[in-house]
Parts: sequence; C-alpha cells; structure tokens
Amino acid sequence: MEWTESGRIISVRGHGETSAIVEILTRDHGRHAGLVRGGRSRSMRPVLQPGNRVQAHWRARLDEHLGNFQIEAEDLSAGALMEDPLALSGLNAACAVAVAGLPEREAHPAVADGFEVLVSSLDESGVWPAIYVQWEAGLLADLGYGLDLRKCAATGHTDDLVYVSPRTGRAVSSGAGEPYKDKLLALPGFMTGQGALRSGDVQAGLILTGYFLERRVLWPSDRVLPEARLRMIDRLAAAGMV
Amino acid sequence: MNQASGPEIERLIQLLAKLPGLGPRSARRAALHLLKKREQLMEPLAEAMGEAAAKIRACAECGNLDVTDPCAICASQRRDPKVICVVETVGDLWALERASAFKGRYHVLGGVLSALDGIGPDQLNVAKLIERAGREETSEIILALNATVDGQTTAHFIADKLEGASVDITSLARGVPVGGELDYLDDGTLAAAFKSRRPA
Repeated sequence: MEWTESGRIISVRGHGETSAIVEILTRDHGRHAGLVRGGRSRSMRPVLQPGNRVQAHWRARLDEHLGNFQIEAEDLSAGALMEDPLALSGLNAACAVAVAGLPEREAHPAVADGFEVLVSSLDESGVWPAIYVQWEAGLLADLGYGLDLRKCAATGHTDDLVYVSPRTGRAVSSGAGEPYKDKLLALPGFMTGQGALRSGDVQAGLILTGYFLERRVLWPSDRVLPEARLRMIDRLAAAGMV
Repeated sequence: MNQASGPEIERLIQLLAKLPGLGPRSARRAALHLLKKREQLMEPLAEAMGEAAAKIRACAECGNLDVTDPCAICASQRRDPKVICVVETVGDLWALERASAFKGRYHVLGGVLSALDGIGPDQLNVAKLIERAGREETSEIILALNATVDGQTTAHFIADKLEGASVDITSLARGVPVGGELDYLDDGTLAAAFKSRRPA
C-alpha cells in the first residue's frame, strides 16, 4: 500500500523521542495520518509545522496500518505567519476544525482545495476571515450537513435572504422571518453572493457555521468546537474585524 | 519474566526502560552495568536519586526546579529583577543558562497551548506571570518560546494577557543561526531573517 500526494499539514504530535505522528489534509486521501521517522529532528521540525504544504509518500504493509510518511517540503508558509497573531489564530482554528470535523481517510477534495485557498490568503487580513467562514460552510456541505441558502424555505423567494433556520439549515427571507427573528440565525449577504462584506458579517458567519458544526458534526461524537476557534474569534473581535 | 533473574532485577530493568533514550534492551545493559559497579555507581546513584526526590521542588515564584524555594536564580541578588524571560520548560531555562546570555530572572510556563495535547491556558503557569508582570520592579518580559506554531501561538496569547501591564514585551529574534548556510535554511527562517534585517 502506498501513494504520493501533496497536502497541508494539519497536526503534528511527538511519538517516542525521535518520531512524530503527522496528519495531512490531501485532496484524494482526505485527512490522513502517518508516522514520520526522525520527525523530531532539527532538520524536520521546520517542515513539520501545521500549515506547511508538503509532498507526502505514504507506505504501509496493510491499508489499516498507520503507515510511514516520507515528507518533502513544498511550501513552508507557517514560518511566515508566526509574526502575525491574527493569521496564526486563523491557521490554528482551521487546522483544529479540520482535525475535529473531518473523518480520517475520506476524500473531501473541495475541503482540501478550500483549505489551500484559506492558508494561501492568511497574509491578507482583510480577506481571510470571510474565506474562513466560506470554508467552514463548504466543510459542512461536504460532510452532508450543508446549509441550503438558495431560496427562502417559507416563500421560495431567492432574494432578501437574511436568516437561516437553526432547525433545518435553510435560508429564510426578511419578510417571512420577521416574526421569528429572535429564534433565527443571521445570514450574512456575502455567503449568498448577495452583497459585499459588511461590518458584523464575519461574526454572523462564524456564529452560523459554528452552530451547525457543533450540533451536526461534533456533538454526535461527544466533541465541542476547538478552543483554537474560540481564540480566533476573540482575536478577530479584539482587532475589530468581526 | 526473565527466568534467569529475580523480580528485583526485573523491576529495575522495567523502571530503567521508562527513562528517555532507553528501551528494554539498553535498560538491561544499564542494569547489568549498575550491578557490576555496585559501589562506585549504583549506590551513589540510588543515594543521589533519593536525595533529589526528597529535596528538589518547583520554585513557587518561577517554576524552576531547585532544592530551595525560591530557587537560586530568584533568590540571587546578582540577577536583574527587572527582566523576566518566559520559557516553556526547565530544559529551555537550562539551555539559556548554558549560553550565559541572560542575567535576569525566568518564568517557566510548563508547556505551550496545544489543542492536540489538550493543553489550554488553564494548564499553563500564566496567572503567576501576570502577577509578576504587575509588580513595580518588573520592566520587561522576554518571550523566549520555541519558533513553532504552538510556541508562537502561546507567545501571542501571553502578549495579549500582559497588555494591561506597564512592561515592555519582547521576543527572541529569528533568523540565520550561527554556522547556518542560506542554501540549507527553510523558507520560514529566511523570511524571518529578511524581516528582522538591521543596518550592517
């Protein structure tokens, strides 16, 4: 059993004194773990940082084995983000959500592509928070819990969609949702392509995707939203970006 | 269990095998060596270990390990009390002491934020650091944490926590190491080195 593919590292933990168990988000093999022998060496440590893109060659005798990775660096972008606390919080949150939310060894090409776009945009602070929200929405959709934001669940209208039903995940228009607005979740315009990014939109988007991620993806397996995501929201709030 | 040796030797081997760097085979070699050098090595070692276990404790001030509390560094009048260097582990403190590059005091965090290892802010020795930073004598906090994603996430977290304190918060520089060749440096280090360039 073996394959070679590019992917972004999403988690690294030490194994013994010299090795590391690394999880990589790849397009065709999904979230995949493997052992990197010598992964805690001086030369490998800079490579094995979350967010770095690497070419991984995975090999195991049987498919169900953990297997060994041979890693080669492709794009070591994590180092460039370390000075930027906001970008680093976004990277940590995305990695933690990917680890918590994605099943192992299940291909989710759209999620992997989105993750690539997100990590590549982390140096643009005005852009990436909205991309992060879209990535989480895409992750929900890929896992089968997608939000239906095409038309109003009550009237069928395709415009003026400003709410989402917390029960069904379907969009609700302004008029139809007005009597129940306290119980509905806010739907920011940029998520439906019906408007530019406005103040408060990222926060609304994070509340929306966080609500469904927690209830649909994490709670059934007795987990909660990662602390790294909460820290990112705090940091975005402190920077006045939500 | 090995039939050739008694339970005492087996227990010794099992305990030695739990030490870093030792597996069952090397633990067996170490046990044999200790038994062979009973008077010169085994008995003094047992005595030293007993004494260390009884006397060494964590300093309530900084988290360093020493036989006194506060530790020798915190108690020393020759160290600058105005500057506190924050490190992840006692091993990092020892590394900085070996370099003799710092003459202030330390604060050992006891780890870094790590979602995978379940280490959150509550598991770190941050409350004491905030208290120390608030003291009148403190003027600078140096964040000497590892240049890893977890290490720098923790550094930013601590910098946020110390925002209200009237101290300078600095961090170690990153760049080309002594003896480093540009050709072999990773992209992140090179980028950091360029960002931190200074007049020659």
